[in-house]
Amino acid sequence: MQVSLFFEFAKRNVRLHWLRSLLAIIGIIIGVTAIVSMGILGNSLVLAISDSLSAVGDSVIVTPHFGSGPVSMASTSERITERQLEQIRRAVAPDITIPVYSGSARMEVGTEDTFGVVYGLRPDDIPVLLEVEEGSYLRGSSGAMAGARFAKENDLRVGSRITIRDKGTLRVVGILKERGMGFDINPDYGIVVDESWYKQAYDQDGYDMVIVKVGDLSRIETVKEIIEKQLNRRETVVNVIDTKAILETIQNTFGQISMFTTAIGGISLVVAGVSILNIMMMSVTERTREIGVLRSIGTLRKEVLIMFLFEALILGLIGSLVGGVLSLFGGYAISLLMLQTSEYLFVPSSMVYVLYGVAFGIGTSLLSGIYPAWKASNLNPIEALRHE
Amino acid sequence: MSESPERDPIIMFRDVVKIYPLPAGDVVALDHVSISVEQADFIAIMGPSGSGKSTLLNLMGCLDTPTSGHLEIRGRDISSMSDDELTMLRRDHIGFIFQQFNLIPLLSALENVQYPLILKTGNRDCTEHCIEVLRAMDLDPSLFMHKPAELSGGQQQRVAIARALVNDPDILLADEPTGNLDTKTGSAIMDLLKDLNETRKKTIIMVTHDPNVARYAHQSIQIVDGRIT
Repeated sequence: MQVSLFFEFAKRNVRLHWLRSLLAIIGIIIGVTAIVSMGILGNSLVLAISDSLSAVGDSVIVTPHFGSGPVSMASTSERITERQLEQIRRAVAPDITIPVYSGSARMEVGTEDTFGVVYGLRPDDIPVLLEVEEGSYLRGSSGAMAGARFAKENDLRVGSRITIRDKGTLRVVGILKERGMGFDINPDYGIVVDESWYKQAYDQDGYDMVIVKVGDLSRIETVKEIIEKQLNRRETVVNVIDTKAILETIQNTFGQISMFTTAIGGISLVVAGVSILNIMMMSVTERTREIGVLRSIGTLRKEVLIMFLFEALILGLIGSLVGGVLSLFGGYAISLLMLQTSEYLFVPSSMVYVLYGVAFGIGTSLLSGIYPAWKASNLNPIEALRHE
Repeated sequence: MSESPERDPIIMFRDVVKIYPLPAGDVVALDHVSISVEQADFIAIMGPSGSGKSTLLNLMGCLDTPTSGHLEIRGRDISSMSDDELTMLRRDHIGFIFQQFNLIPLLSALENVQYPLILKTGNRDCTEHCIEVLRAMDLDPSLFMHKPAELSGGQQQRVAIARALVNDPDILLADEPTGNLDTKTGSAIMDLLKDLNETRKKTIIMVTHDPNVARYAHQSIQIVDGRIT
């Protein structure tokens, strides 16, 4: 079979009806551009969210359970007690257990009055959770570390002084690196102080939160269950969440949003496919007589089929490739518009959408060409010859 | 229909019936037709419209198969052949000449002639042979690259005959070959066909209304209501 001959036919017919072909191509271009731009946007969104979340999913967070049940025993039931902390520590060893005090306070920086969160941590635990940008980690109990945003907004430097009303004055020994949104602690807009200072200043017995850093990520579920079993034996006294599950939930959610937007782009591709189907059907009807001639002088059915499929392929190929290129601009523009950054554009997981889009475009075009091509190849030559 | 027993007929109809089933009732287009055509015959088929001439020609051209009866082209029974086999038989052994010329509008005159040859051989370097065939049709070489729409009726029919001849078929089937031409051009085309029959021994079957055109043939077959009279 002379494949190139039929390709030539298809090419000439596309060129002969150039306006019609152009419109069909534009349809495919729009479809591919939409699907790829949406895909890139979705992917950038997921990447951007993942980046802004500080936590890698390696923590289990234990917080007191509020509400239900009778107000129990003597202890401050809405905090985690030393005893419970010990239980956790024993249960999860050798994973690190970090008790956290957290609160918020009005503070004075110089003459400015401000407000921020305050975390009380053991000095040994701080390097496990937080990175220092400037200065050093806490030593001794009269120092504080300032969160990146808090420091910036209040113009804090190493050596600056912060006064917490009624509690005393702290000297800033270090500025923390910006951490992003976390599931455990969010010190960006506050300060971190020594545990003993906090305990003394606020006269607080129990902890507000216990963070368990799990070394082996595959054990995170198990660790969560162990803690639940230990502490919530009779009634629920603590809530236990693992950040891996949260991270996965968030990523799944955004993955679904991304898939949804891509599907909306896909609708325009389907419309483009229908327009190809439409122009191909027109082409078959118009060329019925020509098909009759081709068949009568010895063109096989499959050769007619191929000729029309080539037509769909040419339209799809041009449209998809142009669409693929345009979608880079589209993806750039939409990322810039929605995320104010294009840094997630040229990453493999975004670029793969270009390949998908082009493949879908070509696939849709071929699929749309199948029925018209089949119809053309199955025309009865005698009737086709009689067609006016 | 010469009865020369030493040669096998190139086309043979024996009791061929062709019925078109229509919602209003079956139409008998051919009613027990028996004919045999020898190599180098030149036959005109005449008859009123709807008499079955076109059906007869379509069956000879392997575009259709009989409802019943026996039909052999070049010694092969076509009722048992697949669509692809019939198509290849048309491509390699039968040349079609139409009233409407039916050149392919996408292709130039020369490409129209090349097309069946490329279909048959798969070889696209066949320009010289095709030019030769076109030249033999008395067509001005300056027109070879023109599209069919740029040619006159007579010129188009010459290209169409060249296309029919390019695969060197044994049988030429012509459906009113002069029907769309003026008398003068028509007779030039008929002279061409007559010459092909006489010098190259092509078997020609021609459907026509025109007794003047039918006169070029050796024999005329009259067909009325699907029967040969």
